[in-house]
Amino acid sequence: MIIYGTAILAACHLLGVYIGDVLGSLIGVKANVGGVGIAMMLLIYVRMFLHKRGLMPASTEAGVGFWAAMYIPVVVAMAAQQNVVAALKGGPVALISAVGAVLLCAVVIAIINRTGPQSQNDSWTTGTVADET
Amino acid sequence: MEIIAHALRENPLVTAFAFVGLIMLVSVYLSRYLTLGRVHGSAIAIVIGLGLAYWGGIQTGGSKGLADLKLFAGIGLMGGAMMRDFAIVATAFEVHVDEAKRAGLIGVLSLLLGTVIPFIFGASVAWSMGYTDAVSMTTIGAGAVTYIVGPVTGAAIGASSDLMALSIATGLIKAILVMVFTPMAARFMGLNNPRSAMVFGGLAGTVSGVSAGLAATDRRLVPYGALVATFHTGLGCLMGPSVLYLATKAIVG
Repeated sequence: MIIYGTAILAACHLLGVYIGDVLGSLIGVKANVGGVGIAMMLLIYVRMFLHKRGLMPASTEAGVGFWAAMYIPVVVAMAAQQNVVAALKGGPVALISAVGAVLLCAVVIAIINRTGPQSQNDSWTTGTVADET
Repeated sequence: MEIIAHALRENPLVTAFAFVGLIMLVSVYLSRYLTLGRVHGSAIAIVIGLGLAYWGGIQTGGSKGLADLKLFAGIGLMGGAMMRDFAIVATAFEVHVDEAKRAGLIGVLSLLLGTVIPFIFGASVAWSMGYTDAVSMTTIGAGAVTYIVGPVTGAAIGASSDLMALSIATGLIKAILVMVFTPMAARFMGLNNPRSAMVFGGLAGTVSGVSAGLAATDRRLVPYGALVATFHTGLGCLMGPSVLYLATKAIVG
């Protein structure tokens, strides 16, 4: 059933955010530490675990796949509710800091990506994690 | 007309789905016929979204862009942190574990660089513009990391509210710049494989900027960048009020 997939996704999301909150309070930060990233890793492992045991029929996968495909529209909605007016009102300090930080980071990204090993193959462009195992 | 508006207001999330679908449709056509496919449809859609956010902010004077208009309240739910994170987690389904593992160490390194470099730059700009005390420099520097790290750090070290606003503005401009310019700078940054996406996620930071920037560049790179970027805010909130504040204080006294 399609809801199984969405429920697995929701469970991983909640557990990840919970662990992120616990981590944050353990190290004394008023923020969630990597909750979404932890949730992503949980989902990756749950998927591999279930797939190996043949417990991941296509309909269950569709329950996650739909939300992954909704990603770009959600991002567009996110863009539409940014506080653009406040950002533009920030003045020269905000503008120069932001532009400079972005430019510097872009240069560092370019340096790292040009010096490191190139992608060995293009397997990542097709299929999914389950095909590898 | 009143009945239509009523129907839209009563079903905010459904209205948002229809409206965003319309934006996507327009963007894909603009991409195909106006730019002959050179600019990605999602990139155009994100810029349209930001433009609408500006318009909404001017109309209502609120802080949530288009979502402050009653008719478009559903945009706030659809594009809010909950749905954004839910969709980001879902993209993990497409991650190739081997690729992600191979780039693990470089991902951590770029996370650290992505916190320290913007901080130093932001703090230096603040200093050169007359904000020479450690609290102001740290708050503005933290804002250059992300717009969440800024106020969290500011609150922790006792910054004034207009400093916090300045810090949030810095982070917002950064996020918007990353959203808009990532597709244009993708070739320069070598953004064409999972490893490079993870480096990008760590260095560019700001989840909203990274997720939108990668979506507009290549949808398949999103999970790799997001996987790293989601640790960015946590790391910034950890380092801002502690290591970075103490280091700034040690330097400027």
